[in-house]
Amino acid sequence: MTTIDRLVGAGVDRIDGPAKVRGTAAYAYEQDPGEPIAHLAVVQSTVNRGRITRLDPSRAEAMTGVLAVLTPANAPRLAGDLASDLPVLQSPEVHYQGQVVAAVVAETSEIAKAAVGGVVVEYAAEVPDVVLSADRDDLYAPEKVMAGFDTDSVIGDVDGALAAAAVTVDATYETPAQHNNPIEMHASMARWDGDSLTLWDANQGPHTIVSDLVKGFALEPGQVRVISPYVGGAFGSKAFTHPNQMLAAMAARVVGRTVVFELTRQQMFSLVGHRTPTIQRIRLGADPEGRLTAISHEVVEHTSKISEFAEQTATATRVLYAAANRRTTHRLARLDVPPPTIMRAPGETPGMFALESAMDELAVALGIDPVELRIRNEPAEDPERHVPWSSRHLVECLRTGAERFGWAGRDPRPRMRTEGRWLVGTGVAAATYPTRRRKADCRISVDGRGRYVVEIDGSDIGTGAWTTLSQIAADALGVGLDAVELRIGDSRLPRAGGAGGSTGLASWGSAVVLTARDLRRRLEEQYGGQLPADGLVVDGGVGGESPHAKTHSMHAFGAHFVEVRVDRDTGEVRVPRATSVYDGGTIVNAKTARSQFLGGFSMGISMALHEESQIDARLGHYVNHDLAEYHIATNADIGELDISWLDEPDELANEIGLKGIGEIGITGAAAAVANAYWHATGLRIRDLPITPGKYFRELGLT
Amino acid sequence: MREFRYERADDVDGAVALLAADPDGAFLGGGTNLVDLMKLGVATPDLLVDVRQLTSVEVTGLPDGGLRIGAAVPNADLAADRRVRERFPVLAQALLSGASGQLRNRATTGGNLLQRTRCGYFTDVTKPCNKRAPGSGCGALEGVHRNHAILGQTLDGPGACVATHPSDMAVALVALDAVVQVVGPDGERGIPIRELHRLPDDDPSRDTTLRHGELITAVDVPVLGFASRYRKARERASFAFALVSVAAALRVEDGVVADVRLALGGVAHAPWRATAAEAALRGQPATEEAFGAAADAELAAATPLRDNGFKVPLARNLVVRSLLDLVEVAR
Ligand SMILES: Cc1cc2nc3c(=O)[nH]c(=O)nc-3n(C[C@H](O)[C@H](O)[C@H](O)COP(=O)(O)OP(=O)(O)OC[C@H]3O[C@@H](n4cnc5c(N)ncnc54)[C@H](O)[C@@H]3O)c2cc1C
Ligand code: SF4
Repeated sequence: MTTIDRLVGAGVDRIDGPAKVRGTAAYAYEQDPGEPIAHLAVVQSTVNRGRITRLDPSRAEAMTGVLAVLTPANAPRLAGDLASDLPVLQSPEVHYQGQVVAAVVAETSEIAKAAVGGVVVEYAAEVPDVVLSADRDDLYAPEKVMAGFDTDSVIGDVDGALAAAAVTVDATYETPAQHNNPIEMHASMARWDGDSLTLWDANQGPHTIVSDLVKGFALEPGQVRVISPYVGGAFGSKAFTHPNQMLAAMAARVVGRTVVFELTRQQMFSLVGHRTPTIQRIRLGADPEGRLTAISHEVVEHTSKISEFAEQTATATRVLYAAANRRTTHRLARLDVPPPTIMRAPGETPGMFALESAMDELAVALGIDPVELRIRNEPAEDPERHVPWSSRHLVECLRTGAERFGWAGRDPRPRMRTEGRWLVGTGVAAATYPTRRRKADCRISVDGRGRYVVEIDGSDIGTGAWTTLSQIAADALGVGLDAVELRIGDSRLPRAGGAGGSTGLASWGSAVVLTARDLRRRLEEQYGGQLPADGLVVDGGVGGESPHAKTHSMHAFGAHFVEVRVDRDTGEVRVPRATSVYDGGTIVNAKTARSQFLGGFSMGISMALHEESQIDARLGHYVNHDLAEYHIATNADIGELDISWLDEPDELANEIGLKGIGEIGITGAAAAVANAYWHATGLRIRDLPITPGKYFRELGLT
Repeated sequence: MREFRYERADDVDGAVALLAADPDGAFLGGGTNLVDLMKLGVATPDLLVDVRQLTSVEVTGLPDGGLRIGAAVPNADLAADRRVRERFPVLAQALLSGASGQLRNRATTGGNLLQRTRCGYFTDVTKPCNKRAPGSGCGALEGVHRNHAILGQTLDGPGACVATHPSDMAVALVALDAVVQVVGPDGERGIPIRELHRLPDDDPSRDTTLRHGELITAVDVPVLGFASRYRKARERASFAFALVSVAAALRVEDGVVADVRLALGGVAHAPWRATAAEAALRGQPATEEAFGAAADAELAAATPLRDNGFKVPLARNLVVRSLLDLVEVAR
């Protein structure tokens, strides 16, 4: 084996790039099962709550080219205790608007969609209950919030400390419901061979999907194979199984051939989850020097009637700043809405908009620079768990960012800078996201000629995992990239967790490193360092969390600096430039890492200024359910983004020293924009998004 | 989507005859609006007559210095035309502020004028909408209507509708007093563009005064001779419909407003010619104060909805700013 330079850290081009650019990388919808494919289209409920009183598929059934119409009356029974909205077509009860109430299978997608209009459905409907408010009397405390966090945390005497504080902030922040809109809509193609199911599918982890299919169709794990080599974005919406996988498999069984189901863009707004709206009250107490004495963060959010998804909105508040007295709470309303789900950095994203806006308000109230205020409240250890940090470089991020951005000498007063008709301001906010690791198995085989095959059920949802995992493997095996063939995105491969919670590379990468080490040790010990002529196969992996996770607090950090321009005539907002600096541990690939930071940060700017799923309080649906009306930031909204990182491996976190970077970029970003907006205009907008309409509202002109 | 036939006629008369014979047929331009609405089940024609090859793709000069724009001229080409950019910057700017590069390449002049409202209840066949399904009610009136009309709406009764007309180009053409040339089953006529789009009154199902089977063949823009501009406020920098837009043209002599054209987009069911503001301005000093008073005169009639009151001060600011910018240009 030759010694080569380390590949980890290099800006290696995506190895899947050429195939994607040429259009030869086959996504789920584009697979060729070797037989004519039937297409599925769904009839969706037009009411939020009630039951189907009449369902007449006869007109659709009679249409030429229609193969079957599945309804709650004739759909195959699903077994097991499927959660949430997975028991598709199992009952006439309706729990949310957009629920699938019938499915048409036809020769072409056009015929299937046309036949949808031929299915007559009538409902006995109740008035929808879809509006979240903090004074609902049915708010409840869930047992746990997402990712296993405690619902509440109470330390010390928050109310007493607030009453005694020299300076306080007490403000309520709101974020709207938002919808994930990856470019690739969810798509599932199902084919049965006897009692074995193959599903080509867009998801964030094939094994996750397998377990629900096994449950629902009462199969053995070996009877289901989910194949997902390429996925066109996900952001959390493809983390769990949704009705699309169940429906495709069900329909394929009924019509006896391959069936594909691809959601329409409009269906992305009802069938695959959303981010809950939040109402967050923050109270901060500080001494005159700006040292926090109390932090209180009370969250109200929603979940659906058929599932409990409790977004962990206040959990970042448990780690970001020091304060002796602290309280975080989460309360939920169960509404007649589709099941909410993960959307990039669930919890941190809405929660840090509130906390980091409040910190800015506190800086203003104290007359202390907001960067300095954060530095003064840097905790020496995890302020709630009272364990040391595995590594924490937030202060360096703030200082480096301030330097790169040109923060020094900023006039803290609002509405002081103009350029033409633009009001100009700058703002700052911190970023943080937990560093975790999940169990992952791995197999590495080598043949007599030194070709390595690395197999693990990891996922590349557009992040670059094909490339980064290959780099890690090559380094761990001590060979060049071209000696390694990576296989991911297939449930036949060794089991691993999905691409979620920024755990992908931490988990899969550790599994690969440990397995490679084992292989090299065996080669050394059993074969004297020579490759055996008939090769060698080693199974290995990683058991789960880092052994230091119990004794240390592990997080990625970052700091955002944003310049905002607000048109004084129209209230239109632009972000001409921004700087973000990250403490993400080891950076495996400079190119794909930059894309993750940049993408996350842009999504945060988009959240600050644009994204909002507008619900009709009486009719109960998301009205702006397409990309013309659900606005996502365009290139023209955002100018220069200066992205950089500190090179500080976290030796305790995992075998590679990385912290996971898929989500850190979005956290805090919206607050940095809102803080800059305040600095530009003197207007504090506490409910996102910051639209032109709200500019006039704050000016008292509406 | 309903099944439909697709036809190409040999000439304009043939196309008109095809449609005259089919009450459920429609002309097809670039299809960027019509085909979307067909996919959503909002438009259900049984026949599409493709008219892109039938009408002109040329912009030609008129004797008076004005321009004749063929109905099939793509939005992108029109915006790029040197004569348009020099003589009617308001029109070029309006076009470029709309949609995206890809859409503008595809969209035609005729189709752009006749694009339908973006109201989210109109585009969702499961929701009430008097425009799409007369008598079903207006979902937007008490619903999500941040980007709906503040002027000239029908606020109650079976004709209730608070939708806006989405075209940017049409707002500029209204300010320019364009004339829309049509050929129909009863022959040719020229429609002053202000008489093309209608307010909902008691029948919001009709966007325009065109009769079934009438084909737009060209749009004539008479000579203007003074400075003009288009300004559009929207919720993101690109690829968003107007919250409010202003098409303005101004001629100032000795500090006094000698001529003025003002049209507003995003505020009504039709591009809104601000006649009250124009009347208030003629002969007045070209000052910020006078511009504000003129905008107020126009907006006095505004009846904003629960969530779109911001459009009133926004429209005021845009009118004032556009006119001040034009004074600046003239200097
Ligand atoms: C995402 C998105 C964003 C957009 N943003 C904007 C924007 O910001 N501003 C803006 O102004 N527009 C915007 N548009 C709309 C776009 O400008 C229109 O879709 C386009 O101009 C329509 O032209 P077309 O030729 O494609 O019309 P078509 O879709 O072909 O036709 C539209 C209508 O006109 C009729 N028609 C077509 N040609 C003729 C003719 N010669 N005579 C009679 N009837 C005819 C058709 O029957 C149909 O009813 C946007 C569109 C999309 C999809
Ligand atoms: S505003 Fe007009 S288009 Fe919109 S729902 Fe009401 S009637 Fe329909």
